[in-house]
Amino acid sequence: MLPNVIAGIIWLGISAYAIFGGADFGGGIWDLFAGGPEKGRRPRALIERAIGPVWEANHVWLIFVLVYLWTAFPEPFVSIATTLWIPLTLAALGIIFRGSGFAFRKWADTVGRQRWYGAWFAGASALTPFFLGTVVGGVASARVPLGNAEGDVFGSWLNPTSLLGGVMAVVACAYLAAVLLTREAVLDQETDLAEYFRLRGLIAGAAAGVVAIAGIFVLRWDAPSLYEGLLSTRGIVLIIGSAAGGVASLWLLWNRRFLAARPTAALATVAVLWGWGAAQYPWVLEDAASIEDFAASDPVLTAMIIAFAAAAVLVVPSLVWLFRLTQTRSLVEGDIRADSTEALMIKNQTPREKA
Amino acid sequence: MAISLGFHIILAALGIGFPLITLIAHWRGLRTGDNHYLELARRWAKTMAVLFAVGAVSGTILSFEMGMLWPGLMGPYGDVIGLPFTLEGVSFFLEAIFIGIYLYGWKRMSARLHFLSLFPIVLAGIAGSFFILTVNSWMNSPAGFEIVNGEVVNVDPWAAMFNDATAVQYTHMLLAAYMVSGFLVAGVYAWGWLKGRRDRHHKLGFIIAFSVAAVAAPIQILVGDTAARRLIDAQPAKFAAMELVTEGGSNAPFTIGGILVDGEVVGAIEIPGLGSLLGTRSFDGELPGLDDIPPDEIPPVNIVHISFQVMVAIGTGLLLLSAWFAIRWWRKKSLPESRWFWRLAAVSGAAAVVAMEAGWITTEVGRQPWIVWQQVRTADAVTNADGLIWSLILITVVYVGLATASVLALKRISRGFASGQDVATPYGPPVPEATGD
Ligand code: HDD
Ligand code: HEM
Ligand code: HEM
Repeated sequence: MLPNVIAGIIWLGISAYAIFGGADFGGGIWDLFAGGPEKGRRPRALIERAIGPVWEANHVWLIFVLVYLWTAFPEPFVSIATTLWIPLTLAALGIIFRGSGFAFRKWADTVGRQRWYGAWFAGASALTPFFLGTVVGGVASARVPLGNAEGDVFGSWLNPTSLLGGVMAVVACAYLAAVLLTREAVLDQETDLAEYFRLRGLIAGAAAGVVAIAGIFVLRWDAPSLYEGLLSTRGIVLIIGSAAGGVASLWLLWNRRFLAARPTAALATVAVLWGWGAAQYPWVLEDAASIEDFAASDPVLTAMIIAFAAAAVLVVPSLVWLFRLTQTRSLVEGDIRADSTEALMIKNQTPREKA
Repeated sequence: MAISLGFHIILAALGIGFPLITLIAHWRGLRTGDNHYLELARRWAKTMAVLFAVGAVSGTILSFEMGMLWPGLMGPYGDVIGLPFTLEGVSFFLEAIFIGIYLYGWKRMSARLHFLSLFPIVLAGIAGSFFILTVNSWMNSPAGFEIVNGEVVNVDPWAAMFNDATAVQYTHMLLAAYMVSGFLVAGVYAWGWLKGRRDRHHKLGFIIAFSVAAVAAPIQILVGDTAARRLIDAQPAKFAAMELVTEGGSNAPFTIGGILVDGEVVGAIEIPGLGSLLGTRSFDGELPGLDDIPPDEIPPVNIVHISFQVMVAIGTGLLLLSAWFAIRWWRKKSLPESRWFWRLAAVSGAAAVVAMEAGWITTEVGRQPWIVWQQVRTADAVTNADGLIWSLILITVVYVGLATASVLALKRISRGFASGQDVATPYGPPVPEATGD
């Protein structure tokens, strides 16, 4: 029982990273395709405004997944980490380049440097989800045996299913970001940018659909046991859910219902992930390590559930607060509320300083 | 791994210390109505956000590395030490959110609530570092599990967190974080002072930051002494290496400087009996020596001894510098005038960082050949994957780049501050003028 609960929590973390982290990565992907400095200036500025406030904080979901995985399923975790160390290292490098490129672009003092850092940021935004996707593919196609670096160092991530995972991840990120950015553009009253991202969203969404359908054939050939799992009732329900979410969000995007397109796009992404989970259940590593047998002991799992509950109680309200704050107009310009700290500073100024 | 951690720990220390000095500045500002304080708080918070963001990236990399490099640690013991990592993640998330709230709060919240939003940042920094430190103290003093037939069973993650080494190691680390942040920030203003920038802004910035560090310095030495004496029984091999005690027993000398060559101490000043006196509070006290330790359990003695002495020397030096400042303030209510004071203050931050790194090297190398004290040898914990060294080299190179780039970014920000122009930071609201420059 407890191991299944923890596995569910881990899956929630994976879903959250896919949606929030995915939209972050996707922003970088559109930055990559935004064209030269002049042409790309406004879309890039919009992307920067949209992801700036959360800058890299979304990796916390990834950390959460890694930490929960190694605490709850230590041996499967080290098997994955040691066999798939190449794509994991590349993803880690991607995260460094992406995060630093984004920050340093802000302060670069010449256009040349700005472009250089921008390229780090944008390139890494596309490569990181790709490599993470290949890791998923390696695990899903049962290429990670139990043990310290027992698997094929290259074959475990250079294979059809991994490739599918990588491409799928990139396309999904791009789609999620485009949907997010349309609404942001509307809020900033930049209708032409909303159209710009609407078009790109429609293309990425269609691409995601094509990849998903092609994927079914790839899995049938390359990962038969996963394929069987997908054909179970659970699997079918989730696959249909994903398809329905995808179609609905494309329809909403087409009709410029940008806000409503967000949850449906998220649903489409999450349903694919849960489909993978359902297909693989009850294995952490297919045929090698089951959730029940390879989980940590009950006191550890209980502590993890307590920690998760505490986190939910503390983090969610503060996140909502921050979010509302970022949407609030400034108090000082216009209505000066007497006790705002900034207003205090203005009030405290001596006449000489004011002049 | 050691390089990633050595880099991360600097950012971590600043992540603990910056919120506190920001809070003090903000509080003084509200109390006195002096805008200089609030301006300091605002600038420090922005710098803090940048450092925190770089820390987030480096921390993410660490969680990858833990699994890739140390399967022999994370496989059998992942569940024993996983809980604190989880809780650190929670603290980190809260700290990030409240940094955002504080940065956005400047024009958007009541002054009172805005001030209060600093407290979660301070607390989350303290909590997060506590949790991570328990992992390290656990490696020095493993607890919370039993080994039956070679299997790790009966895991109690709370007992693992609150092991025998936790209290003293954590206090020492927390104080180190306050010293590093305080002296580093004060050092920046001391540098400005030497260059003639002696306005009220620089003066207040210096006093707040330096005071925090100066209060921590003497306590730190007491805690360090407690840490050292705990090791006599807990980790005799580490202790003997730190103090370069070649022959155990009573009336052991205190060794200053010197290295071990073929089992002989060369080039040291030995003060007879002082070793026993410091370690046990009595000349007759017995100290463990390297001759008591099985040869295959002796850590790299010279590294441990030298880094320990560097830490102690710097700790003592910083204490004297703090005393200079305190006595002068107590007698004359003013800052020292001697240029030497300001020169030393300008480098005190770098010195504190060196002391902190040296302390870590003492702890970590002194624990060798064990990764988990008397449970797992480092050699048995490492990954079997070939070519992983490339992963290490690559990540190291990237770290050097990241470090250089962060320094450049901070310089850029401080130039922005100096010219009175506002700068945009991660987590903060956009700055209108900054677009397109
Ligand atoms: C500003 C930093 C700083 C300063 C001035 C000092 N230390 Fe320290 N020391 C640390 C920063 C540090 C540290 C980096 O924070 C360590 C590494 C691991 C830890 O828990 O704290 C540490 C570890 C450490 C250890 C090893 C603990 C263990 O392995 O269990 C001992 C014995 C001391 N210290 C002793 C001292 C003494 C006697 C000092 C007196 C002058 C001193 N330290 C000053
Ligand atoms: C929670 C914090 C830390 C953890 C969990 C940790 C973990 C480890 C582990 C697993 C090892 C053994 C593997 C190796 O030799 O590299 C190690 C060694 C080492 N660590 Fe750390 N470490 C921590 C903090 C630090 C910090 C902050 C430094 C900064 C200098 C550091 C410096 C080193 C060094 C130099 C070694 C090499 C010892 C040797 O092999 O001779 N560690 N640490
Ligand atoms: C307040 C100070 C600190 C900050 C801001 C900080 C920041 C971070 C961040 C952002 C992460 C990854 C994200 C996460 O865990 O959710 C992380 C992980 C890590 N930190 Fe720190 N850290 C701090 C203190 C420390 C200290 C004192 C150490 C001890 C050497 C340390 C060692 C580690 C290690 C080993 C990890 C990887 C394990 C993990 O993912 O949790 N950190 N840190």
